[in-house]
Amino acid sequence: MQDIIKGAAYVLGDNIDTDQIIPAKHLVYSLSDPEERKLYGKYAMSGVPDTAAGLPQGNVKFVPENDHRSPFQIIIGGKNFGCGSSREHAPEAMQIAGITAVVAESYARIFYRNSVDGGFFIPFEATQRLVGEIKTGDDLEIDVPKGTLTNRTSGKTYSLRPLGDVLEIIKAGGVFAYARQAGFLKS
Amino acid sequence: MGMTMTEKVLARHAGRTSAAPGDNIWVDVDILMTHDVCGPGTIGIFRKQFGPTAKVWDREKVVIIPDHYIFTNDQHAHRNIDVLRTFVKEQDLPYYYDVGTDKYKGVCHIALPEEGHTRPGEVLFGTDSHTCTAGAFGEFATGIGNTDAALIMGIGKLWVKVPETMRFEFEGPLPPYLMAKDLILHIIGDIGVDGATYRAMEFAGDGVMSLSIEERMTLCNMVIEAGGKNGIIPTDAVTEAFVKSKTAKPYQPVADDQDARFHSVRRYKTADIQPTVAKPHSPDNCGTARECTGTKLDRAYIGSCTGGKLNDFMAAAKILKGHQVLADTYIVPATTEVAKGLATTMLDGQTLAEIFQNAGAKISQGASCAACLGGPSDTFGRLNKSEVCISTTNRNFPGRMGSKTAQVYLASPYTVAASAIRGEITDPREFL
Repeated sequence: MQDIIKGAAYVLGDNIDTDQIIPAKHLVYSLSDPEERKLYGKYAMSGVPDTAAGLPQGNVKFVPENDHRSPFQIIIGGKNFGCGSSREHAPEAMQIAGITAVVAESYARIFYRNSVDGGFFIPFEATQRLVGEIKTGDDLEIDVPKGTLTNRTSGKTYSLRPLGDVLEIIKAGGVFAYARQAGFLKS
Repeated sequence: MGMTMTEKVLARHAGRTSAAPGDNIWVDVDILMTHDVCGPGTIGIFRKQFGPTAKVWDREKVVIIPDHYIFTNDQHAHRNIDVLRTFVKEQDLPYYYDVGTDKYKGVCHIALPEEGHTRPGEVLFGTDSHTCTAGAFGEFATGIGNTDAALIMGIGKLWVKVPETMRFEFEGPLPPYLMAKDLILHIIGDIGVDGATYRAMEFAGDGVMSLSIEERMTLCNMVIEAGGKNGIIPTDAVTEAFVKSKTAKPYQPVADDQDARFHSVRRYKTADIQPTVAKPHSPDNCGTARECTGTKLDRAYIGSCTGGKLNDFMAAAKILKGHQVLADTYIVPATTEVAKGLATTMLDGQTLAEIFQNAGAKISQGASCAACLGGPSDTFGRLNKSEVCISTTNRNFPGRMGSKTAQVYLASPYTVAASAIRGEITDPREFL
């Protein structure tokens, strides 16, 4: 686990569900095939309505045309991020597009668990609403041991909630590594 | 200290005498279910982590039900069914319901109980968020991702954080114009789409216990739309009669202790609840059907794990009989068993299928999830442009049924059928 995570912000609102993160018609591509899996990066966030894509102004493409990597590395979300379907394709599509952390006010349970157990990125919980505070494109830095998020564009620093129970799984790198440490799997 | 049903099931499956909310425990799994959308990814992780020749932990406990992208020309979707077939053959799995065979079932959450895989007191995980439907059978059932499912495939266990339980009591049997869908939409409207996040939702009271098993499934099906981890209903004679008719496997029901502790208890009188509609674009954006009267509709859709069971079609048929629909109306039976029911179940001298045909509705030739979640662009009933639809399904987030410019209203089969006739949202009491 990295101590410092840096990147450009992509800001979304409340109740971003997994159909918006990766629309259902794209769930047919292979996640095992190294080339085909790039399609998940290409279509990540393609279900977000245009006016809500990249707040505050909206109409900001998460991934440029003909690419599968996003110029943004950190998502800022509102309440209930990742609600809806249990598709693990959602956090995985975000990882394929290059996301290394999400900072949201709260998460839907299955998405949070999938992000941690799959080791795709770290889902941090903010202690205040950051949608409206942070703008898409702002230069962010997360200090994981200190539990802070600094917006280097505005100079403001915000505190993050402790990772709590899932810290050990995140440190291990996902549930398989964690299960090996816990003795449920032969290493 | 007393335990709730959910706490008891989890404690027992962790080999402990007790479990309290917040405990992180490893539980033994009774059934792992997967389907065509998440099965291939799960199998990929299983092979990578356990090795190409690894065997599943218990071939009797892995159930694979293709149901999402079946009646489509999408070649990737067909390839995913082939991935399932190869795996099932390799692992010699007895519970696989293959496309194009007599064993094909359709929507997994309805197929599971039909095939006897849902039993009181058990632990069921599935790679689909609506796995919570099976809480209707007094078991712990919840949705998981591919990684967790792959871990279960290999070791038969998963870590779980024991949830607090929210209890919802309904007093009085349902008035003739209400369905379980109205009750759950009403709750979601009350507590919001994250009102039960990380918690169990327990349903009780004589209003709930008077429901049929199918209606209880509808209630538990949508707990995920309030963020709930699982839904659960006490086991009674109705549950036992259904389960025993489907399986001879033994099971151990659980009940709340007298001194069980709940996060909260909410009480409702069913007589106070109105036919309810969730407006675009969120299941908690609720109003009454009456308040929405006059909202013009292009389409009505009756189907899915939420609203595509035989009782849902019986309810719709009661209203549609002798009428013509103004909105384009799509009928999608959840399973092949439900499809047979449409052809054989009679209402006033006509089969349900005849009633729908005579009303001008389109009936899907195949049982599947179809347009509930949009799916490939050639999916039956998919909203491909800015249409306005009323649906018996479970979600109305932007783009859920296809185009992100479409608008979806969620309602009971009664309300959807009444609205289909008028071509605008209509309270079903106008026809009952």
